[in-house]
Amino acid sequence: MSFTIYLRCFNGIVLREALRFVHQKERFFSALVRPLVWLGIFAAGFRSVLGVSIIPPYETYIPYEVYIAPGLIAMIQLFNGMQSSLSMVYDREMGSMKTMLVSPIPRWFLLISKLLAGVFVSILQVYAFLVIASLWDIIPPISGYITILPALIISGLMLGSLGMFLSSAIKQLENFAGVMNFVIFPMFFASSALYPLWKIEETSEWLYYVCFYNPFTYAVESIRFSLYSQINIEYSIGIVIFTFIFLFLSILGYDPGRGNLQKKGGK
Amino acid sequence: MGCGHQSVNNFNMSTSALSIKNVSHNFGDFKALDKVSLEIRPGDFTVLLGLNGAGKTTLYSLITRLYNNNSGSIEIYGNNVRSESVKALRHIGVVFQQPTLDLDLSVRENLNYHSSLHGISKLDARKKIDKEIARINLNDQLKKKVRSLSGGQRRRVEIARALIHEPKLLLLDEPTVGLDIGSRQLILNHVKTLCKKNKLAVLWATHLIDEIDKGEKVVIIDKGKVLDSGNVEKIVKKTKTKNIREAFNKLVGIKI
Repeated sequence: MSFTIYLRCFNGIVLREALRFVHQKERFFSALVRPLVWLGIFAAGFRSVLGVSIIPPYETYIPYEVYIAPGLIAMIQLFNGMQSSLSMVYDREMGSMKTMLVSPIPRWFLLISKLLAGVFVSILQVYAFLVIASLWDIIPPISGYITILPALIISGLMLGSLGMFLSSAIKQLENFAGVMNFVIFPMFFASSALYPLWKIEETSEWLYYVCFYNPFTYAVESIRFSLYSQINIEYSIGIVIFTFIFLFLSILGYDPGRGNLQKKGGK
Repeated sequence: MGCGHQSVNNFNMSTSALSIKNVSHNFGDFKALDKVSLEIRPGDFTVLLGLNGAGKTTLYSLITRLYNNNSGSIEIYGNNVRSESVKALRHIGVVFQQPTLDLDLSVRENLNYHSSLHGISKLDARKKIDKEIARINLNDQLKKKVRSLSGGQRRRVEIARALIHEPKLLLLDEPTVGLDIGSRQLILNHVKTLCKKNKLAVLWATHLIDEIDKGEKVVIIDKGKVLDSGNVEKIVKKTKTKNIREAFNKLVGIKI
């Protein structure tokens, strides 16, 4: 099968995701409102409670809003990843996942294309957020708007493949509340999104380790450093490893031989 | 019997469109399929007749490689579904039991998406989509969102979609369930005409006995086993009954 065929397939999958995104305006709106509520209300209330000292990549004292911005960007991607995994479960019930899987193009390619399509949509959301966040004086160096891109791609891929793996592994992912309680909240709160890790270490050591090994922390920190055109080797390697693990698991989850698809009777 | 009399495209008539040999499948302890064998030739319209839960959907999932068969072999035009899945899947068009169109996208957007999954170029896709959509008389609906279409129209769009990449084997899983009599008849006639005209091999799964016409090939399946297969007339004669309904009831053990 030639390269053009793969390319056409990839374009088609991305286009479909983009069209769905355009048609579901509420989804875009809520994806934008959510982090803005955190920024406008939570951060405003918390800034006096929490003092952030100077930690890399920051070079001066920063307001709390600036600190949590990368965490909120990662949150946009987390929600997007979980939402597209949820839509995958919904799709499968609707059968359109089946339509994709019976394409003669190899399944791993279809799944990765679908993931990248989701990442693309999440990046659009992130840039829209960054534009509005500039009203709060969250203005990274201009180069940051470009250097954040690779971090967004890899973290989007990681969170998307985690979602895809969950969609293949969990029997009933019927409502979003379950995903919120058991995936999104624990991942978001036990990370460096809202408070720096050293603060957590002061309070509880075991919680520090939970946060430290939480894949979401790696997404947040990679985004934080790249937003200031810096790179943190430790977090960069970590996020790549997590991405490979989740990708591998999700492709395994949809493998026709081993897969979890058949445990569900193909429904 | 089949509707094909001449040699078909590049395929030799001796090649089966679909050849299933001794396929069994378990879900845990539950035996969904038990040594199922069946054969469809190019141009055959074959009805897979069975009650709900007989194993029809499982069989479809194995043919389309949604998951692998535990035992036996499935070949599509000589290509093994497991070892030569790319070649095998290229020949199949599928209409699943559940609706699979994107409701928020237009008919054309849905069909474009499908074309891209088969690597068809934009220009080519446009021609093929126009052709298939004209065949089901829905040209004026192309720009409309699928949500605004009736159940019967959606099904017809799904059949058109299954044919865009010009498959040689069309698989339909209970395609008429939930539709009114008019739509059912329209869809049934459409597929039977395609089968005759284009020498398309068709496997039509249903539990609706009135969808079977005289002379057609029927495979009766119950609790994962093929109870009988062959011509309607042959089965009726063999079971010493008056018609296929009685033959089916007798074989499956339904008492009225």
